[in-house]
Amino acid sequence: MSPNELSSYLTIGAILFGLGLFTVLTRRNAISVLMGVELILNSANINYVAFSHFSSGNSAGQIYAIFVIMLAAAEAAVGLAIVLAIFKLFHTIDVEAAETMKD
Amino acid sequence: MSVSTAVFNLIALLLVVSAAMVAFSRNIIYSAFSLLGTFMGVAGIYIFLGADFVAAVQLLIYVGGILVLILFAVMLTHRITDVTITNRAAGRIPALIVVVGLVYMLIQTVRTTPWAAAKQVTFASTTATIGDAFLYDYLLPFELASLVLLAAMIGAVVLSRKEIKE
Repeated sequence: MSPNELSSYLTIGAILFGLGLFTVLTRRNAISVLMGVELILNSANINYVAFSHFSSGNSAGQIYAIFVIMLAAAEAAVGLAIVLAIFKLFHTIDVEAAETMKD
Repeated sequence: MSVSTAVFNLIALLLVVSAAMVAFSRNIIYSAFSLLGTFMGVAGIYIFLGADFVAAVQLLIYVGGILVLILFAVMLTHRITDVTITNRAAGRIPALIVVVGLVYMLIQTVRTTPWAAAKQVTFASTTATIGDAFLYDYLLPFELASLVLLAAMIGAVVLSRKEIKE
């Protein structure tokens, strides 16, 4: 793979997306599912920055990447707060065990 | 093979291997720490793409913020001494089939598409450009982002506080 080709970045992004999707699909631990979401967001960011670097030349892709990072931070804060609340209620963070919506 | 190609391949290897550790490790602590390698690898990729500001933001927010948050959540939520397999996984084989098919399709698309050839690549500092864009063209999204962050902060506080019964 060469750093001067767009396809190598897109390939890395595709592999990272696949691993993140696998994590989201198979994990039963809520925190691991959030980790998988972070992997998917990172792969999308790689694609944004790579296309911005290779095709348009302006920095719009980088700005979108920064917005995605910002939303990922907000998502992690709220998501982990929800996970902690679930843990307080059910004493587990297994996503299959926490299935009732009322106490 | 030039030095930059070698470094690029090394970073890509670090990225993919640590992401695979996140996906396949049976211990959630290993998964959480492998995430460090993934985030650092992505920052390295950003540097190769000439996005120095995004790389710095990636290191500050992902490694310094989100990863620490995830590690705190891991430490707070499960009793590490109780269970040997802390990171259960289910339905691995169907998920593996779906994901391998999807990634194969994506990589084939990337390989067969005739991408435009790279322009003359310049590695200039991007911080000033990004700051200008945020305060002119992207001012409304920028302000909305601050509202979103405020809402997320209040939401996290409300969710994690102790409920006081009257």
